[in-house]
Amino acid sequence: MTYVLGQEQLDAIEEVLEEDFTNIGVSCVFLIDMAGNVVASQDSGKITHDIYSLAALAAGNFGAVSTMAKIIGEDEFSILFHKGKKESIHFSKVMMDFLLISIFDEKVSLGFLRLKVSDAVDKIATILDHQMKP
Amino acid sequence: MAFVNLKKKEVQVKIVYYGPGRGGKTTNLEYIYETYNDRIKTEMIAIKTQGDRTLFFDFLPFEMGKIMGYDVKIQLYTVPGQVKYDATRRLVLRGVDGVVFVADSMAVRRKNNMLSLKNLQDNLATYKKSIFKIPLVLQYNKRDLSDKGIPLLSCESMEKDLNSRLKVPSIEGSALNGQNVVQTLKQIITLTMAALEKEFK
Repeated sequence: MTYVLGQEQLDAIEEVLEEDFTNIGVSCVFLIDMAGNVVASQDSGKITHDIYSLAALAAGNFGAVSTMAKIIGEDEFSILFHKGKKESIHFSKVMMDFLLISIFDEKVSLGFLRLKVSDAVDKIATILDHQMKP
Repeated sequence: MAFVNLKKKEVQVKIVYYGPGRGGKTTNLEYIYETYNDRIKTEMIAIKTQGDRTLFFDFLPFEMGKIMGYDVKIQLYTVPGQVKYDATRRLVLRGVDGVVFVADSMAVRRKNNMLSLKNLQDNLATYKKSIFKIPLVLQYNKRDLSDKGIPLLSCESMEKDLNSRLKVPSIEGSALNGQNVVQTLKQIITLTMAALEKEFK
């Protein structure tokens, strides 16, 4: 299955990423699909992460964890979080086929980020749900 | 699951190298990485075991340049070939747009090739994809080993074993010395792009 997103939807998604994340100090945030494609991204301009490699690894990682969830009788673990010394990564599922990934440092509180993620997931789901065509 | 970004005029396509363990999937990607260094901006990602076998996947993003005004980004993946890693193999296939099946030409690996191809069919079916419909190229790898006196399957017998029903393009090659690695890649990209174009017409 191939899917297409137009200028309007991508602008709307990028606006959500910018407003909800880069404005609160998240260094890099991106939306990917479960195949590992990068749909949209925003960053603070201070970092140069290779988001295409990160996307491939994140999709694989999320898939592996979801399979682990099924083995122990859970439908899924919808939120994943990896804590580093300086930078941490937070993953959240958006609808069935997308993942929102945020990279942030110790200045951003996890609780606040999770609040923002939850809000953004709803907004992005609305954009994708209304606009995406198979 | 190819993604078309109309804003950036960009298409992202996922191609997976599949096949039995020790067949040369990773070696194909390594050769591509060395040959097209100028088009690959990042390091090749390889998640492997201590014994240097693929544990999860290898990943290589590859810039194709423009096709019909769109920048085409090809994401190349390999799967782990070992039988026990079936769950991770299935994960890597998620959203696949085209497959290269790297078959091992060594006579002793005949059964492994057939089992792996059947496994590809089963795993594609879990994503409701048919092996008869997905863009697919067979590569009969390790042809160079005949020079070393190692018994190889003839291409005719490999065709009969693997391609009698599929009837997809098949290419003899040697991933180790690069023989037909690029041709295999070009062939799968051509088939995959043609399938995408057809989907949009």
